[in-house]
Amino acid sequence: MVLILDLAVQGVQMLAVLALAPLLLGFTRKVKARLLRRQGPPLLQPYRDLLRLSRKEVVLAENASWLFRSAPYMIFAATWVAAALVPTFATGLHFSWTADLIAIAALLGSARVFLALVGMDVGTSFGGIGSSREMMFASLAEPAMIMIVFVVALIAGSTQLSHIAIFRQEHASLRVSLGLALVALVIVALAENARIPVDNPATHLELTMVHEAMVLEYSGRHLAVIELAAALKLLLYVSLVGCIFFPWGIASGEPSPAAYALGAVTYLAKLAAGGFLLVAFETSIAKMRVFRVPEFLGAALMLGLLGTLLLFVSRTF
Amino acid sequence: MAVSATLAAIAVLLGTAALAIAVHRRPSATALIYGICLAVSLLLLALAGTSLLGRQPAQHLTLPIGLPWLGARFRIDALTAFFQIVINLGAAAASLYALGYGRHEEAPGRVLPFYPVFLAGMNLVLVADDAFTFLVAWEFMSLSSWALVLAHHHDRENARAGYIYILMASFGTFALLLAFGLLAGPSGQYAFGDIRGMTHAGWLEGLVLVLALVGAGSKAGLVPLHVWLPLAHPAAPSHVSALMSGVMTKVAIYGFIRIVFDLLGPPSWWWSLPVLGLASATAVLGVLYALMQRDLKRLLAYSTVENVGIVFIGLGLALAFMANNMAGPAALAFTAALFHAFNHSLFKSLMFFGAGAVLTATGARDIEKLGGLILRMPQTAFVFLGGVLAISALPPLNGFVSEWLMFQAVLLSPDLPQWGLKLSVPAVGAMLALAAALSAACFVRAFGIAFLGRPRTPEAAEAAEVDTASRASMFVLLALCLIAGVLPGLLIDAIAPTVAGQIGQSMPAQSTIPGWSIVPIAESRSSYNGLLVFIFITVSTLVAIQFIHRFASDALRRAPAWDCGFPNSDPATQYTADSFAQPVRRVFGENVLMARDTVDMPPPGDPRPARLTVTVRDPIWEVAYAPLSSFISYAAEQLNHLQFLTIRRYLSLVFAALIILLLGVAIWS
Repeated sequence: MVLILDLAVQGVQMLAVLALAPLLLGFTRKVKARLLRRQGPPLLQPYRDLLRLSRKEVVLAENASWLFRSAPYMIFAATWVAAALVPTFATGLHFSWTADLIAIAALLGSARVFLALVGMDVGTSFGGIGSSREMMFASLAEPAMIMIVFVVALIAGSTQLSHIAIFRQEHASLRVSLGLALVALVIVALAENARIPVDNPATHLELTMVHEAMVLEYSGRHLAVIELAAALKLLLYVSLVGCIFFPWGIASGEPSPAAYALGAVTYLAKLAAGGFLLVAFETSIAKMRVFRVPEFLGAALMLGLLGTLLLFVSRTF
Repeated sequence: MAVSATLAAIAVLLGTAALAIAVHRRPSATALIYGICLAVSLLLLALAGTSLLGRQPAQHLTLPIGLPWLGARFRIDALTAFFQIVINLGAAAASLYALGYGRHEEAPGRVLPFYPVFLAGMNLVLVADDAFTFLVAWEFMSLSSWALVLAHHHDRENARAGYIYILMASFGTFALLLAFGLLAGPSGQYAFGDIRGMTHAGWLEGLVLVLALVGAGSKAGLVPLHVWLPLAHPAAPSHVSALMSGVMTKVAIYGFIRIVFDLLGPPSWWWSLPVLGLASATAVLGVLYALMQRDLKRLLAYSTVENVGIVFIGLGLALAFMANNMAGPAALAFTAALFHAFNHSLFKSLMFFGAGAVLTATGARDIEKLGGLILRMPQTAFVFLGGVLAISALPPLNGFVSEWLMFQAVLLSPDLPQWGLKLSVPAVGAMLALAAALSAACFVRAFGIAFLGRPRTPEAAEAAEVDTASRASMFVLLALCLIAGVLPGLLIDAIAPTVAGQIGQSMPAQSTIPGWSIVPIAESRSSYNGLLVFIFITVSTLVAIQFIHRFASDALRRAPAWDCGFPNSDPATQYTADSFAQPVRRVFGENVLMARDTVDMPPPGDPRPARLTVTVRDPIWEVAYAPLSSFISYAAEQLNHLQFLTIRRYLSLVFAALIILLLGVAIWS
């Protein structure tokens, strides 16, 4: 019975993240448009985009390889598995012991490596520029992420997200190191999701593209899968911030319908708040030059390292 | 029994070398020699496997050769058996690969005799149980690999590589000689069993640690003693490069473990500081150098430097924990180090084989002369991609597991009482993460430029897939990478006796945990299940493909690349290796590697082409080696006069030397 319930929670979570991801994207676009005093596309526009893309034919470059055609699915799968392991509305995920936070970060790393590789597959200069810059960002964002994991793991005594969430629910306290980690995680999330000030998801100027430049050669169903993976990644990072830093409301302990309902409602509220704050930040800042980004990400790395050092000095920080 | 069988197998290898001298001119010699080497390596692998998995106690054998009062002592314990597995697995894979690759060798007479000797030398180092045998075997290994580096001696660069290699190898052996001299004490007890029973003074232990770091570290490629490695490893034929990079560095790591963990006695906490410092510098510098290389094999060699750094980080952490009687964390760190050593031997051999296949197919090692090989060599590209994922520490392959274990060990280190360690271990963790991320960038670059995109030269456009033996060898290694990544618990349990032998405790048994998870400390703390991650990813990929092909359009049209509407068919318009590395060069390289980009832009009207020159220098070479080398040349020049003296002056010199020595003896006593 418990096993069935756990599996059900896991299944619901996997489908829920998939279903909600485009909505979060639509929400951020809508809010952004409203903040810029535009009408903006409807909330459901990302779903329509995905549907439309999946119905179109794929135009494949003549020299595209098997990697180019299979990578979108692998990128999607790695991102989806990672997203399925972050507690959203309940902690008792059946497979949460499969992979901890370090593994989740590494799964996203796998997706990134595939994306960077396909950027170079057709052999265009835009693809190369995107891949090259993406890997440079990643070379700072990944260690920053590991440092954030260190901070959280040293406080909670675990790298498993479910345990971290439960620990944070039970020991709610303000800590300097957690504050540093939160700032660092937000910076990493901005960079990983190709948001302003690191990258512009709505750019039409090729030379400033990073993420968009890598997927420039994709079309049709392949592009739909990649876009969905990108939306999933945004949802994952918002869920991650929610689960680690604002774990209140997540159903833990004895499962009951009321707890799940509360978890679901608070999760939606967290997504909305996260999306709103993201967009509010984005509209208030300009995009950086590419070579300012390493300093921005380096700050995240240093904050994470500082937090870890503080915790090595004393567990009370 | 196991010892004598191992020694017999080593003797067969030496016999094979003699046979190779006799038959190397025949066309069938390559298949014969590599076939024998393959069989003997598999036999040695099976012997070591039974002794490690069967948890057999240490076995001894003394032969009446070597030093008259000592004999040649041999011993196989769990540590030896583990490294024998690493070495003979790599040797078997390399021999299989060479069955195909070796046929392209221009001068088989320069490779065939030395190859079995090299294998024999490495195996002999592992079974040696006294300092004399160890050093002889070590020199044997160095000299035979030096001969292999010089196999293509007409190339000036190879000659230089061989020269620097022999210098560094002699220097390393010299340091080890001194280390063993100090360990043996004034009574000259060179047997390892006697050394283990002795206690040494504190300063002496520190000195031995430094000498072991210098001696074994120079062979393994620790910064700043790494300079020979990226020159020598790529110079040899590719299967030998794989052995040197993937396997011989492990022998050096074995030497370090044997001396510092086994012979030197219980560690002091400060021992870990130089080890961790050098190791993290090695990891980051190694991968940064690798990112700047255009020569595929040299890039792989620099990446070896990085991975050796990662292994030494694990060893340093293990020393720190051991000194504080934290046996559990020490076992975790030590297991992580051994696991990474094993992993590295798999994927580095795989990638050197891939580089060799590319070299055979195109004749080029410079990745700027390649491109688009994924279409011409799909199988090699597939296995190389697997190696890229494994070495970049991405799940579900094996590289991730060892780095994950390493991070878990770092997370246990706040309990260390010493402030020096408390403040340095987080930085080590950050360096480890940085090295992992940079290594992903490095290998995306290598694979992307060499295998993806459009062919940059006619040779690359006409490349053809390599022979079956080479491909089989690469596929076997990739399968092992996957197995080690998916079922790490089996490997952790297999090396438990090795860990227990050095640390006194091993990690908790993993095979009893349901579902093939690995749980280093407690399930509430951390767990990882490679098998489930692998199944998850596979199932999700298949579900996504099924779903898309069911509900989405199946239409597909081939067309010229889009490239924002301005596709240019010239392959020179692609991103190059240097341009790919430019952002990283600018962020990290300007200070660390003194990387400079100079642009020479002619004024309008001048028909000269514009030029962008990239210079990357090795600061360690310029700071440490170049002054030393010029001093030695200067000293040699000055001392040259001594060669042209008259007999009268020689006699007076000898007389003066005698007087000084006698005076010295008189004052001493």
